[in-house]
Amino acid sequence: MLYSDKVMDHFTNPRNVGTIENADGVGEVGNAKCGDIMKIFLKIDDGIITDVKFSTFGCGSAIASSSMATEMIKGKPVSQALELTNKAVVEALDGLPAHKIHCSVLAEEAVKAAVKDYYDKNGIEYDPEMFAQKHDCEHCG
Amino acid sequence: MKTIYVDNAATTKMSKAAISAMMPYFEEIYGNPSSLHTVGQIAKEALVKARMDVAEALGADVKEIYFTSGGSEADNQALLTAAELGERKGKKHIISQKTEHHAILHALNKLEKRGFEVTLLDVDGDGLVTAEQVKNAIREDTVMVTIMTANNEIGTIMPVKEIAAVCREKGVLFHTDAVQAVGHIHIDVKEMGCDMLSLSAHKFHGPKGVGVLYVRKGLFPSTLIEGGAQERGRRAGTENIAGICGMAAAIKEAVSKIDENAEKLTKMRDRLIEGLGEIPHSILNGSRTSRLPGNVNMCFEGIEGESLLLYLDAKGICASSGSACTSGSLDPSHVLLAIGRPHEIAHGSLRLSLCEENTMEDMEFIIQSVKEVVERLRSMSPIWQDLQEGKRNYVIQR
Repeated sequence: MLYSDKVMDHFTNPRNVGTIENADGVGEVGNAKCGDIMKIFLKIDDGIITDVKFSTFGCGSAIASSSMATEMIKGKPVSQALELTNKAVVEALDGLPAHKIHCSVLAEEAVKAAVKDYYDKNGIEYDPEMFAQKHDCEHCG
Repeated sequence: MKTIYVDNAATTKMSKAAISAMMPYFEEIYGNPSSLHTVGQIAKEALVKARMDVAEALGADVKEIYFTSGGSEADNQALLTAAELGERKGKKHIISQKTEHHAILHALNKLEKRGFEVTLLDVDGDGLVTAEQVKNAIREDTVMVTIMTANNEIGTIMPVKEIAAVCREKGVLFHTDAVQAVGHIHIDVKEMGCDMLSLSAHKFHGPKGVGVLYVRKGLFPSTLIEGGAQERGRRAGTENIAGICGMAAAIKEAVSKIDENAEKLTKMRDRLIEGLGEIPHSILNGSRTSRLPGNVNMCFEGIEGESLLLYLDAKGICASSGSACTSGSLDPSHVLLAIGRPHEIAHGSLRLSLCEENTMEDMEFIIQSVKEVVERLRSMSPIWQDLQEGKRNYVIQR
Protein backbone atom coordinates (compact mmCIF):
# COMPACT_ATOMS: atom_id res chain seq x y z
CA MET A 1 0.00 0.00 0.00
CA LEU A 2 1.03 3.55 -0.70
CA TYR A 3 0.01 4.78 2.75
CA SER A 4 0.25 3.53 6.33
CA ASP A 5 -2.90 2.45 8.19
CA LYS A 6 -2.63 5.65 10.23
CA VAL A 7 -2.68 7.80 7.10
CA MET A 8 -5.61 5.85 5.69
CA ASP A 9 -7.47 6.19 9.00
CA HIS A 10 -6.99 9.97 9.09
CA PHE A 11 -7.83 10.23 5.40
CA THR A 12 -10.93 8.06 5.60
CA ASN A 13 -12.18 9.53 8.90
CA PRO A 14 -10.59 12.96 9.02
CA ARG A 15 -10.82 14.68 12.42
CA ASN A 16 -11.79 18.34 12.85
CA VAL A 17 -13.10 18.95 9.34
CA GLY A 18 -14.98 22.20 8.96
CA THR A 19 -14.72 25.90 9.65
CA ILE A 20 -15.03 28.12 12.72
CA GLU A 21 -17.18 31.23 12.49
CA ASN A 22 -15.26 34.29 13.73
CA ALA A 23 -12.13 32.23 14.31
CA ASP A 24 -9.36 33.85 16.34
CA GLY A 25 -6.80 32.80 13.77
CA VAL A 26 -7.07 31.56 10.18
CA GLY A 27 -4.15 30.30 8.09
CA GLU A 28 -4.23 29.29 4.46
CA VAL A 29 -1.22 27.86 2.63
CA GLY A 30 -0.59 26.12 -0.67
CA ASN A 31 -1.74 26.82 -4.17
CA ALA A 32 -4.53 25.41 -6.34
CA LYS A 33 -2.11 25.17 -9.22
CA CYS A 34 0.04 22.74 -7.23
CA GLY A 35 -2.96 20.71 -6.21
CA ASP A 36 -3.05 21.39 -2.49
CA ILE A 37 -4.46 24.12 -0.28
CA MET A 38 -4.82 23.84 3.49
CA LYS A 39 -6.82 26.18 5.64
CA ILE A 40 -6.78 25.98 9.43
CA PHE A 41 -9.14 27.78 11.82
CA LEU A 42 -8.26 28.33 15.50
CA LYS A 43 -10.39 29.21 18.48
CA ILE A 44 -8.10 30.52 21.20
CA ASP A 45 -8.99 31.25 24.84
CA ASP A 46 -6.36 32.47 27.27
CA GLY A 47 -3.57 31.31 24.99
CA ILE A 48 -5.03 27.82 24.70
CA ILE A 49 -6.30 26.37 21.40
CA THR A 50 -9.76 25.34 22.51
CA ASP A 51 -10.98 24.39 19.05
CA VAL A 52 -9.46 23.80 15.66
CA LYS A 53 -10.94 22.97 12.26
CA PHE A 54 -9.51 22.50 8.80
CA SER A 55 -10.50 22.39 5.18
CA THR A 56 -8.14 20.92 2.62
CA PHE A 57 -8.04 20.60 -1.14
CA GLY A 58 -5.48 17.93 -1.88
CA CYS A 59 -4.42 14.34 -2.01
CA GLY A 60 -4.85 11.64 0.60
CA SER A 61 -1.73 12.56 2.52
CA ALA A 62 -2.67 16.26 2.51
CA ILE A 63 -6.01 15.48 4.12
CA ALA A 64 -4.42 13.03 6.58
CA SER A 65 -1.67 15.52 7.49
CA SER A 66 -4.24 18.26 8.15
CA SER A 67 -6.29 15.93 10.28
CA MET A 68 -3.28 14.77 12.29
CA ALA A 69 -1.88 18.29 12.75
CA THR A 70 -5.19 19.56 14.10
CA GLU A 71 -5.36 16.66 16.55
CA MET A 72 -1.83 17.41 17.72
CA ILE A 73 -2.52 21.04 18.58
CA LYS A 74 -6.04 20.78 19.94
CA GLY A 75 -6.20 21.79 23.62
CA LYS A 76 -2.56 22.89 23.59
CA PRO A 77 -1.12 26.33 24.34
CA VAL A 78 -0.41 28.45 21.25
CA SER A 79 3.29 28.40 22.08
CA GLN A 80 3.26 24.61 21.85
CA ALA A 81 1.40 24.66 18.53
CA LEU A 82 4.20 26.80 17.16
CA GLU A 83 6.63 24.03 17.98
CA LEU A 84 4.76 21.53 15.79
CA THR A 85 7.10 20.30 13.08
CA ASN A 86 6.30 18.51 9.87
CA LYS A 87 8.57 15.72 11.10
CA ALA A 88 6.36 15.20 14.12
CA VAL A 89 3.30 15.03 11.85
CA VAL A 90 5.02 12.44 9.64
CA GLU A 91 6.00 10.37 12.67
CA ALA A 92 2.50 10.52 14.11
CA LEU A 93 1.19 9.24 10.77
CA ASP A 94 3.67 6.33 10.81
CA GLY A 95 5.46 7.82 7.84
CA LEU A 96 4.61 9.30 4.44
CA PRO A 97 6.04 8.36 1.03
CA ALA A 98 9.04 10.56 0.13
CA HIS A 99 7.17 12.54 -2.52
CA LYS A 100 4.38 13.31 -0.03
CA ILE A 101 6.51 14.84 2.70
CA HIS A 102 5.61 18.31 1.42
CA CYS A 103 2.03 17.66 2.57
CA SER A 104 3.26 17.51 6.17
CA VAL A 105 5.24 20.72 5.58
CA LEU A 106 2.04 22.40 4.43
CA ALA A 107 0.30 21.23 7.62
CA GLU A 108 3.03 22.75 9.78
CA GLU A 109 2.88 25.96 7.81
CA ALA A 110 -0.92 26.14 7.93
CA VAL A 111 -0.83 25.92 11.73
CA LYS A 112 1.85 28.62 11.90
CA ALA A 113 -0.04 30.84 9.46
CA ALA A 114 -3.13 30.56 11.64
CA VAL A 115 -1.15 31.47 14.77
CA LYS A 116 0.47 34.38 12.93
CA ASP A 117 -2.98 35.61 11.96
CA TYR A 118 -4.02 35.38 15.63
CA TYR A 119 -0.93 37.35 16.68
CA ASP A 120 -1.56 39.98 14.00
CA LYS A 121 -5.20 40.38 14.93
CA ASN A 122 -4.35 40.79 18.61
CA GLY A 123 -1.28 42.95 18.22
CA ILE A 124 0.97 40.34 19.79
CA GLU A 125 4.61 40.85 18.91
CA TYR A 126 6.63 38.03 17.38
CA ASP A 127 9.80 37.25 15.52
CA PRO A 128 8.93 37.12 11.76
CA GLU A 129 11.70 34.53 11.34
CA MET A 130 9.44 32.09 13.12
CA PHE A 131 7.06 32.14 10.20
CA ALA A 132 9.49 31.78 7.32
CA GLN A 133 8.13 29.40 4.66
CA LYS A 134 9.87 26.05 4.66
CA HIS A 135 8.67 24.36 1.51
CA ASP A 136 9.89 25.34 -1.89
CA CYS A 137 7.74 24.96 -4.94
CA GLU A 138 8.21 26.62 -8.30
CA HIS A 139 4.46 27.19 -8.58
CA CYS A 140 3.70 28.36 -5.04
CA GLY A 141 6.89 30.43 -4.88
CA MET B 1 -17.27 -5.98 -1.38
CA LYS B 2 -17.42 -6.28 -5.14
CA THR B 3 -14.44 -4.96 -7.07
CA ILE B 4 -15.39 -2.85 -10.07
CA TYR B 5 -12.32 -2.58 -12.25
CA VAL B 6 -12.61 0.41 -14.57
CA ASP B 7 -8.94 1.05 -15.27
CA ASN B 8 -8.64 -0.98 -18.45
CA ALA B 9 -6.60 1.71 -20.19
CA ALA B 10 -3.89 0.99 -17.60
CA THR B 11 -4.10 -2.73 -18.06
CA THR B 12 -6.68 -5.46 -18.52
CA LYS B 13 -7.43 -8.78 -16.92
CA MET B 14 -6.20 -11.61 -19.14
CA SER B 15 -8.85 -13.49 -21.09
CA LYS B 16 -9.38 -17.21 -20.57
CA ALA B 17 -8.39 -17.73 -24.21
CA ALA B 18 -5.09 -15.91 -23.69
CA ILE B 19 -4.29 -17.81 -20.51
CA SER B 20 -4.98 -21.22 -22.01
CA ALA B 21 -3.00 -20.32 -25.13
CA MET B 22 0.01 -19.58 -22.91
CA MET B 23 -0.09 -22.55 -20.56
CA PRO B 24 1.56 -25.18 -22.82
CA TYR B 25 4.63 -22.99 -23.24
CA PHE B 26 5.69 -23.14 -19.63
CA GLU B 27 5.97 -26.88 -19.09
CA GLU B 28 5.34 -28.84 -22.27
CA ILE B 29 6.63 -26.71 -25.12
CA TYR B 30 9.56 -25.02 -23.47
CA GLY B 31 11.98 -25.14 -26.39
CA ASN B 32 13.92 -22.28 -27.90
CA PRO B 33 12.60 -21.61 -31.41
CA SER B 34 16.18 -21.13 -32.60
CA SER B 35 17.08 -24.73 -31.67
CA LEU B 36 17.20 -27.32 -34.42
CA HIS B 37 15.90 -30.22 -32.35
CA THR B 38 12.28 -31.26 -32.13
CA VAL B 39 11.55 -29.50 -28.84
CA GLY B 40 12.80 -26.23 -30.34
CA GLN B 41 11.02 -26.72 -33.63
CA ILE B 42 7.66 -27.26 -31.95
CA ALA B 43 8.14 -23.91 -30.27
CA LYS B 44 9.07 -22.41 -33.63
CA GLU B 45 5.85 -23.67 -35.17
CA ALA B 46 3.90 -21.95 -32.41
CA LEU B 47 5.74 -18.72 -33.15
CA VAL B 48 4.92 -18.95 -36.85
CA LYS B 49 1.27 -19.59 -36.09
CA ALA B 50 1.09 -16.70 -33.60
CA ARG B 51 2.67 -14.34 -36.13
CA MET B 52 0.04 -15.36 -38.68
CA ASP B 53 -2.77 -14.68 -36.25
CA VAL B 54 -1.42 -11.27 -35.29
CA ALA B 55 -0.79 -10.33 -38.93
CA GLU B 56 -4.29 -11.36 -39.90
CA ALA B 57 -5.85 -9.32 -37.09
CA LEU B 58 -4.08 -6.21 -38.37
CA GLY B 59 -4.49 -6.85 -42.10
CA ALA B 60 -0.70 -7.15 -42.36
CA ASP B 61 1.72 -9.64 -43.87
CA VAL B 62 3.57 -11.98 -41.49
CA LYS B 63 6.88 -10.43 -42.56
CA GLU B 64 5.67 -7.07 -41.33
CA ILE B 65 5.21 -8.19 -37.71
CA TYR B 66 8.06 -7.71 -35.23
CA PHE B 67 7.47 -8.95 -31.71
CA THR B 68 8.68 -6.65 -28.94
CA SER B 69 8.48 -6.44 -25.16
CA GLY B 70 5.50 -4.09 -25.41
CA GLY B 71 4.20 -0.78 -26.68
CA SER B 72 7.01 1.36 -25.28
CA GLU B 73 9.69 -0.70 -26.97
CA ALA B 74 7.76 -0.66 -30.24
CA ASP B 75 7.42 3.14 -30.05
CA ASN B 76 11.12 3.57 -29.33
CA GLN B 77 12.09 1.27 -32.16
CA ALA B 78 9.78 3.05 -34.61
CA LEU B 79 11.30 6.41 -33.75
CA LEU B 80 14.83 5.10 -33.96
CA THR B 81 14.05 3.56 -37.35
CA ALA B 82 12.86 6.88 -38.72
CA ALA B 83 15.76 8.73 -37.10
CA GLU B 84 18.41 6.50 -38.61
CA LEU B 85 16.74 6.72 -42.00
CA GLY B 86 16.58 10.49 -41.62
CA GLU B 87 20.24 10.70 -40.67
CA ARG B 88 21.18 8.80 -43.82
CA LYS B 89 19.04 11.09 -45.97
CA GLY B 90 19.91 14.30 -44.17
CA LYS B 91 16.32 14.74 -42.99
CA LYS B 92 16.24 15.60 -39.33
CA HIS B 93 12.76 16.90 -38.63
CA ILE B 94 10.01 14.89 -36.92
CA ILE B 95 6.40 15.91 -36.37
CA SER B 96 4.25 14.71 -33.48
CA GLN B 97 1.66 16.22 -31.16
CA LYS B 98 1.33 17.24 -27.53
CA THR B 99 -0.85 14.49 -26.10
CA GLU B 100 1.32 11.53 -27.16
CA HIS B 101 2.27 8.90 -24.60
CA HIS B 102 5.58 9.46 -22.80
CA ALA B 103 7.04 6.50 -24.70
CA ILE B 104 6.89 8.81 -27.73
CA LEU B 105 7.52 12.19 -26.06
CA HIS B 106 10.55 11.06 -24.06
CA ALA B 107 12.02 9.16 -27.03
CA LEU B 108 11.58 12.36 -29.07
CA ASN B 109 13.45 14.32 -26.38
CA LYS B 110 16.30 11.91 -26.80
CA LEU B 111 16.30 12.41 -30.57
CA GLU B 112 16.40 16.18 -30.04
CA LYS B 113 19.63 15.68 -28.12
CA ARG B 114 20.84 13.74 -31.13
CA GLY B 115 20.29 16.76 -33.39
CA PHE B 116 16.72 16.27 -34.52
CA GLU B 117 14.20 19.04 -34.60
CA VAL B 118 10.78 18.07 -33.28
CA THR B 119 7.54 19.89 -33.98
CA LEU B 120 4.80 19.08 -31.47
CA LEU B 121 1.46 20.10 -32.92
CA ASP B 122 -1.18 21.65 -30.68
CA VAL B 123 -4.45 19.82 -30.22
CA ASP B 124 -7.88 21.44 -30.09
CA GLY B 125 -10.14 21.41 -27.03
CA ASP B 126 -11.22 17.86 -27.87
CA GLY B 127 -7.64 16.66 -28.16
CA LEU B 128 -7.71 16.41 -31.95
CA VAL B 129 -5.11 17.28 -34.55
CA THR B 130 -6.09 17.61 -38.19
CA ALA B 131 -4.47 16.30 -41.36
CA GLU B 132 -4.32 19.94 -42.46
CA GLN B 133 -2.14 20.82 -39.44
CA VAL B 134 0.18 17.94 -40.28
CA LYS B 135 0.31 18.96 -43.93
CA ASN B 136 1.25 22.52 -43.02
CA ALA B 137 3.98 21.36 -40.67
CA ILE B 138 5.70 19.03 -43.14
CA ARG B 139 8.98 20.45 -44.46
CA GLU B 140 11.59 19.38 -46.98
CA ASP B 141 13.61 17.81 -44.17
CA THR B 142 10.73 16.04 -42.41
CA VAL B 143 11.43 12.34 -42.11
CA MET B 144 8.50 11.17 -40.03
CA VAL B 145 5.15 12.03 -38.53
CA THR B 146 4.06 10.11 -35.45
CA ILE B 147 0.51 10.59 -34.19
CA MET B 148 -1.28 8.20 -31.85
CA THR B 149 -4.41 6.41 -33.05
CA ALA B 150 -6.27 7.02 -29.80
CA ASN B 151 -5.29 8.85 -26.64
CA ASN B 152 -4.74 6.82 -23.49
CA GLU B 153 -6.14 9.41 -21.09
CA ILE B 154 -9.02 11.12 -22.84
CA GLY B 155 -9.82 8.47 -25.47
CA THR B 156 -9.83 10.87 -28.42
CA ILE B 157 -9.49 9.01 -31.73
CA MET B 158 -7.24 10.87 -34.16
CA PRO B 159 -7.93 11.12 -37.92
CA VAL B 160 -4.99 8.79 -38.62
CA LYS B 161 -6.20 7.68 -42.05
CA GLU B 162 -6.28 11.28 -43.33
CA ILE B 163 -2.93 12.00 -41.69
CA ALA B 164 -1.41 8.88 -43.26
CA ALA B 165 -2.67 10.01 -46.69
CA VAL B 166 -1.03 13.42 -46.26
CA CYS B 167 2.24 11.77 -45.25
CA ARG B 168 2.15 9.38 -48.18
CA GLU B 169 1.51 12.25 -50.59
CA LYS B 170 4.51 14.12 -49.17
CA GLY B 171 6.77 11.07 -49.01
CA VAL B 172 7.10 11.22 -45.23
CA LEU B 173 6.97 8.16 -42.96
CA PHE B 174 3.92 7.80 -40.75
CA HIS B 175 3.99 5.93 -37.45
CA THR B 176 1.07 5.54 -35.09
CA ASP B 177 1.01 4.43 -31.48
CA ALA B 178 -2.14 2.29 -31.56
CA VAL B 179 -1.69 0.82 -28.09
CA GLN B 180 -5.10 2.01 -26.89
CA ALA B 181 -6.88 1.33 -30.17
CA VAL B 182 -6.01 -2.22 -31.22
CA GLY B 183 -8.70 -4.66 -30.20
CA HIS B 184 -11.11 -1.81 -29.42
CA ILE B 185 -11.69 -0.11 -32.78
CA HIS B 186 -11.17 -1.51 -36.29
CA ILE B 187 -7.54 -1.31 -37.33
CA ASP B 188 -6.33 -2.42 -40.73
CA VAL B 189 -2.82 -1.22 -41.44
CA LYS B 190 -3.29 -1.23 -45.21
CA GLU B 191 -6.55 0.65 -45.02
CA MET B 192 -5.04 3.16 -42.59
CA GLY B 193 -1.93 3.51 -44.71
CA CYS B 194 0.59 3.73 -41.87
CA ASP B 195 4.23 2.73 -42.32
CA MET B 196 4.67 1.64 -38.72
CA LEU B 197 2.28 0.87 -35.87
CA SER B 198 2.84 -0.04 -32.21
CA LEU B 199 0.62 -2.19 -30.05
CA SER B 200 0.69 -3.80 -26.63
CA ALA B 201 -0.96 -7.11 -25.69
CA HIS B 202 -2.04 -6.25 -22.15
CA LYS B 203 -4.44 -3.56 -23.35
CA PHE B 204 -6.73 -6.13 -24.96
CA HIS B 205 -6.72 -8.93 -22.35
CA GLY B 206 -3.37 -10.36 -23.39
CA PRO B 207 -0.29 -10.73 -21.18
CA LYS B 208 2.00 -7.91 -20.04
CA GLY B 209 5.51 -7.63 -21.45
CA VAL B 210 4.71 -8.34 -25.08
CA GLY B 211 3.80 -6.18 -28.03
CA VAL B 212 4.28 -5.64 -31.72
CA LEU B 213 5.90 -3.19 -34.05
CA TYR B 214 4.29 -3.42 -37.46
CA VAL B 215 6.65 -2.21 -40.18
CA ARG B 216 5.43 -2.21 -43.75
CA LYS B 217 7.31 -4.16 -46.40
CA GLY B 218 10.25 -2.29 -47.87
CA LEU B 219 11.08 -0.52 -44.62
CA PHE B 220 13.52 -2.14 -42.22
CA PRO B 221 13.41 -1.42 -38.51
CA SER B 222 16.61 -0.31 -36.80
CA THR B 223 17.74 -2.47 -33.91
CA LEU B 224 17.25 -1.31 -30.33
CA ILE B 225 18.68 -4.54 -28.95
CA GLU B 226 21.72 -6.20 -30.48
CA GLY B 227 22.29 -9.91 -30.31
CA GLY B 228 20.90 -12.96 -32.03
CA ALA B 229 19.03 -13.13 -35.32
CA GLN B 230 15.54 -13.32 -33.87
CA GLU B 231 12.79 -11.31 -35.60
CA ARG B 232 14.73 -11.46 -38.87
CA GLY B 233 17.70 -9.86 -37.21
CA ARG B 234 15.77 -6.77 -36.11
CA ARG B 235 15.10 -7.60 -32.47
CA ALA B 236 17.51 -9.85 -30.64
CA GLY B 237 16.59 -12.01 -27.67
CA THR B 238 14.95 -15.40 -27.25
CA GLU B 239 11.29 -14.98 -28.06
CA ASN B 240 8.73 -14.70 -25.26
CA ILE B 241 6.81 -17.61 -26.75
CA ALA B 242 4.19 -17.91 -24.02
CA GLY B 243 3.56 -14.17 -24.15
CA ILE B 244 3.42 -14.08 -27.93
CA CYS B 245 0.95 -16.97 -28.06
CA GLY B 246 -1.15 -15.32 -25.36
CA MET B 247 -1.14 -12.08 -27.35
CA ALA B 248 -2.14 -13.90 -30.56
CA ALA B 249 -5.10 -15.55 -28.83
CA ALA B 250 -6.12 -12.27 -27.21
CA ILE B 251 -5.99 -10.20 -30.40
CA LYS B 252 -7.89 -12.87 -32.32
CA GLU B 253 -10.65 -12.89 -29.74
CA ALA B 254 -10.76 -9.09 -29.38
CA VAL B 255 -10.98 -8.54 -33.12
CA SER B 256 -13.66 -11.20 -33.56
CA LYS B 257 -15.85 -9.52 -30.92
CA ILE B 258 -14.93 -5.94 -31.70
CA ASP B 259 -18.36 -4.69 -32.85
CA GLU B 260 -20.27 -6.53 -30.15
CA ASN B 261 -17.93 -5.21 -27.43
CA ALA B 262 -17.87 -1.69 -28.81
CA GLU B 263 -21.65 -1.55 -28.80
CA LYS B 264 -21.83 -2.72 -25.20
CA LEU B 265 -19.06 -0.39 -24.03
CA THR B 266 -20.47 2.62 -25.86
CA LYS B 267 -23.81 2.23 -24.07
CA MET B 268 -22.11 2.03 -20.67
CA ARG B 269 -19.75 4.89 -21.52
CA ASP B 270 -22.61 7.13 -22.59
CA ARG B 271 -24.57 6.37 -19.43
CA LEU B 272 -21.52 7.33 -17.33
CA ILE B 273 -21.00 10.57 -19.25
CA GLU B 274 -24.66 11.42 -18.81
CA GLY B 275 -24.81 10.45 -15.13
CA LEU B 276 -21.54 12.08 -14.08
CA GLY B 277 -22.39 15.13 -16.16
CA GLU B 278 -25.20 15.80 -13.66
CA ILE B 279 -22.55 16.72 -11.08
CA PRO B 280 -22.42 20.53 -10.98
CA HIS B 281 -19.24 22.11 -12.35
CA SER B 282 -17.99 18.99 -14.08
CA ILE B 283 -16.77 18.65 -17.64
CA LEU B 284 -15.97 15.83 -20.05
CA ASN B 285 -12.41 15.69 -21.33
CA GLY B 286 -11.86 14.58 -24.91
CA SER B 287 -14.12 14.39 -27.92
CA ARG B 288 -17.76 13.46 -27.42
CA THR B 289 -17.93 11.71 -30.80
CA SER B 290 -14.44 10.68 -31.91
CA ARG B 291 -13.86 8.66 -28.77
CA LEU B 292 -12.85 5.15 -27.71
CA PRO B 293 -15.92 3.09 -26.77
CA GLY B 294 -14.72 2.46 -23.21
CA ASN B 295 -13.22 5.80 -22.18
CA VAL B 296 -14.71 8.36 -19.81
CA ASN B 297 -12.58 11.20 -18.49
CA MET B 298 -14.02 14.05 -16.47
CA CYS B 299 -12.87 16.96 -14.35
CA PHE B 300 -14.69 18.03 -11.20
CA GLU B 301 -13.96 21.52 -9.99
CA GLY B 302 -12.73 22.09 -6.43
CA ILE B 303 -11.38 18.62 -5.68
CA GLU B 304 -8.14 16.73 -6.14
CA GLY B 305 -7.89 13.47 -8.08
CA GLU B 306 -5.86 11.28 -5.77
CA SER B 307 -8.23 11.65 -2.84
CA LEU B 308 -11.11 10.98 -5.24
CA LEU B 309 -9.42 7.74 -6.34
CA LEU B 310 -8.74 6.62 -2.78
CA TYR B 311 -12.33 7.18 -1.67
CA LEU B 312 -13.58 5.34 -4.76
CA ASP B 313 -11.13 2.51 -4.07
CA ALA B 314 -12.63 2.21 -0.60
CA LYS B 315 -15.94 1.51 -2.38
CA GLY B 316 -14.31 -1.13 -4.58
CA ILE B 317 -13.99 1.08 -7.67
CA CYS B 318 -10.57 0.99 -9.36
CA ALA B 319 -10.04 4.07 -11.52
CA SER B 320 -7.32 6.52 -12.52
CA SER B 321 -6.61 10.26 -12.46
CA GLY B 322 -4.41 12.80 -14.18
CA SER B 323 -3.62 14.74 -11.00
CA ALA B 324 -0.02 15.60 -10.18
CA CYS B 325 -0.14 13.36 -7.13
CA THR B 326 -0.92 10.38 -9.30
CA SER B 327 1.36 11.35 -12.19
CA GLY B 328 4.38 11.32 -9.89
CA SER B 329 5.40 14.86 -10.83
CA LEU B 330 4.56 18.41 -9.81
CA ASP B 331 2.38 18.95 -12.82
CA PRO B 332 -0.90 17.33 -13.66
CA SER B 333 -1.45 15.38 -16.88
CA HIS B 334 0.19 16.91 -19.96
CA VAL B 335 -2.82 15.74 -21.94
CA LEU B 336 -5.31 17.70 -19.85
CA LEU B 337 -3.07 20.77 -19.99
CA ALA B 338 -2.80 20.37 -23.79
CA ILE B 339 -6.58 20.46 -24.22
CA GLY B 340 -6.66 23.70 -22.24
CA ARG B 341 -7.61 22.63 -18.74
CA PRO B 342 -5.93 24.89 -16.17
CA HIS B 343 -3.73 23.18 -13.56
CA GLU B 344 -6.25 23.40 -10.71
CA ILE B 345 -8.93 21.76 -12.87
CA ALA B 346 -6.61 19.10 -14.27
CA HIS B 347 -5.79 18.03 -10.69
CA GLY B 348 -9.43 17.05 -10.28
CA SER B 349 -9.68 14.56 -13.11
CA LEU B 350 -11.05 11.04 -13.16
CA ARG B 351 -10.55 8.45 -15.87
CA LEU B 352 -12.82 5.44 -16.06
CA SER B 353 -11.87 2.94 -18.75
CA LEU B 354 -14.34 0.13 -19.24
CA CYS B 355 -14.25 -3.42 -20.48
CA GLU B 356 -16.92 -5.85 -21.62
CA GLU B 357 -17.03 -7.52 -18.20
CA ASN B 358 -18.46 -4.36 -16.64
CA THR B 359 -22.23 -4.10 -16.37
CA MET B 360 -24.85 -1.38 -16.47
CA GLU B 361 -25.40 -1.96 -12.74
CA ASP B 362 -21.72 -1.20 -12.22
CA MET B 363 -22.21 2.09 -14.06
CA GLU B 364 -25.11 3.08 -11.79
CA PHE B 365 -23.02 2.23 -8.73
CA ILE B 366 -20.11 4.27 -10.09
CA ILE B 367 -22.31 7.29 -10.82
CA GLN B 368 -23.81 7.17 -7.32
CA SER B 369 -20.38 6.68 -5.70
CA VAL B 370 -18.64 9.45 -7.64
CA LYS B 371 -21.47 11.83 -6.78
CA GLU B 372 -21.11 11.03 -3.08
CA VAL B 373 -17.33 11.25 -3.06
CA VAL B 374 -17.18 14.51 -5.03
CA GLU B 375 -19.70 16.01 -2.64
CA ARG B 376 -17.74 14.81 0.38
CA LEU B 377 -14.44 16.18 -0.92
CA ARG B 378 -16.04 19.46 -1.90
CA SER B 379 -17.47 19.79 1.61
CA MET B 380 -13.92 19.84 2.96
CA SER B 381 -12.32 21.84 0.15
CA PRO B 382 -11.36 25.48 0.79
CA ILE B 383 -11.48 26.08 -2.98
CA TRP B 384 -15.06 24.89 -3.13
CA GLN B 385 -15.96 27.15 -0.19
CA ASP B 386 -14.43 30.12 -1.99
CA LEU B 387 -16.26 29.25 -5.20
CA GLN B 388 -19.57 28.98 -3.39
CA GLU B 389 -19.04 32.25 -1.56
CA GLY B 390 -18.10 34.01 -4.80
CA LYS B 391 -14.52 34.69 -3.63
CA ARG B 392 -13.22 32.73 -6.59
CA ASN B 393 -14.64 32.32 -10.08
CA TYR B 394 -15.73 28.97 -11.45
CA VAL B 395 -13.59 27.65 -14.29
CA ILE B 396 -16.17 25.04 -15.25
CA GLN B 397 -19.32 27.06 -15.63
CA ARG B 398 -22.03 24.46 -15.15
